[in-house]
Formats: sequence, C-alpha cells, structure tokens
Amino acid sequence: MTDWRPPLPLIGAWLGLLALLALTVTLAYVPLGAGNAVVALTIGTIKAGLVAAIFMELWHRRGLTLVFAGAGLFWLGILLWLGSMDFMTRT
Amino acid sequence: MPESSAFAPQYASIRHRDYTAELGIWVFIATEVLLFGGLILAYFVYRHAFPPGFAAGSRHTEIVIGTANTAVLLTSSFLVAWAVEIFSPATAKIVTWLLIGAACLGLVFIVLKGIEYSKEYDEHLVPGIDFQLAGPKANGVQLFFVLYFVTTAIHALHMLIGICLLLTLAAICRKAPTTRHHTALHSAALYWHFVDVVWIFLFALIYLPGRSTS
Repeated sequence: MTDWRPPLPLIGAWLGLLALLALTVTLAYVPLGAGNAVVALTIGTIKAGLVAAIFMELWHRRGLTLVFAGAGLFWLGILLWLGSMDFMTRT
Repeated sequence: MPESSAFAPQYASIRHRDYTAELGIWVFIATEVLLFGGLILAYFVYRHAFPPGFAAGSRHTEIVIGTANTAVLLTSSFLVAWAVEIFSPATAKIVTWLLIGAACLGLVFIVLKGIEYSKEYDEHLVPGIDFQLAGPKANGVQLFFVLYFVTTAIHALHMLIGICLLLTLAAICRKAPTTRHHTALHSAALYWHFVDVVWIFLFALIYLPGRSTS
C-alpha cells in the first residue's frame, strides 16, 4: 500500500503553528505595555521559522540553498536597519 | 517516476535541474521579501510617529476574521507541504485533492478578507474613498488604514496568483506525474509558504497591537 499519510514533523509543525496562533492572540489581550509588540513579533518570528524549517524544508537543506534563502533576510535587515535609523534616532 | 522528456542541455542531471529551480525560486522570494519589507518599513516608521493612532486603528480591525484567516492559511500551507511530501504516480489522486483543498482554503481566505473590507467600508474606514473619523488620533488611524489596505491588497493579489498555480498543478498532476511536475509543485509550494509567512507578520502588525489597552 502506498503511504499517503503526512509525516509526523509536518503534523507537529501544523499543530504547533495553530497553538502559537492561539497563544499570540491570547497574549495580545494581556497588558504588557511595550512588551506586547515584542511578544507579538517574537511569536510571529517563531511561526515564520517553523514554516521555513519544516514546510519549506530548510531543515534538510545545506550550503548554497541556505545562502540563497538567507540572502533575502540579509537584504531585508539592511533595508530595515538603514531605513529606520533616521526615524528612530531623530530628536 | 516516469520522465516526459529529458532535462535541458544546460543541466548535468535531473537533480541539477531541480536544485537550480529551488535556488531560482529562493532568489524570487528574496525580491518578494524586499517588496513586502519596504511596506513593513513604512509601517514601522509611521507607527513610531503615531503610536496611539496605530493602536486605535488596529482595534478597528476584525480580529476574529484575522485569526480565522491565519488558521486557514496555516492549514492550507500544511496541505501543500503534505502534497509535496507524498508526491508520486501512485498518490496522484490524493495529491490532486490536497492541492484542490489548499486552493479552496485560499479562496476562503479571500472571501473572509472581502467580508472584512466591506465591514470597514460600512464603518467609513477606507482612506481616499470614505474615511470619516474625527478626533486627535484620526490622522494616525488614517495612515494605519492606508498601509492596511495597501499591504493586505498586495498580499491578496499574491494569494490569487498562488490559488491559480495550485489549481493548475492539481490539473496537471492528476495523470502520470513526472519529476518535472514534482519540481514545479515544489517551486509553487515554496511560493505559497512564503505568502503564508508574509501573512504571519501582517497579522502580528495589523490585528494584535492595541488590544490590551482601550
């Protein structure tokens, strides 16, 4: 019989993502001041990391693929860093 | 898996062809990261300038629809990842149904987004068309909604393209799938997951701020 069932890591990632979604919505209603934004973006980053590692298979990739996948993040970092510098430091 | 045709002359092997396709789609995703990155930078700059306006704007969005849409999109991504994982001639039927299911969830997302847009129109929250909010926070709220509509509309456009891709692949993969189809599906899947990742951040930036204050 052909195996059509989803592998366990995929199911785990999917359930984990839904759990993190429930967690982030719940924590959004807890007054943490500036911490709310930090919590929301941290959980968002973990969710994006799960999607990239498991769904996008980066966990099983090495070398050049990771460099190509990381290139976008590298340039995004420069964009956000240099782009926001002036506004964040303006007095 | 059967081969419909040999790989093109620039490749040394089928593996080489697939590897090139994967690197190519990552380059494309990098350009997309910068497209949405520019919008997110604009969002951060204006949120920094109008913190109360952005918190108030966020409270006007429909968090129930936003949360449901996030769950829908995560599930859709799961179905596509599942299809890629089990892809073979023997599982062609199941793969087809998984892709149709993922595309249908994509359509559910678009419909829910449409309902949300119409609610915002009824509440006079559409800048440039009908925006009627007064008070000290009105300017910030208006900027929030400009960015809200631009980012979510561009995201929805990406969703529509992804839905067409998934349905096309579902039709193609139905009979005698080859390794070329697997490569095409893998590329489309990476795109679909990327659109999912964009939404994860848009959800955190649009729906969650300002919920713990009033």
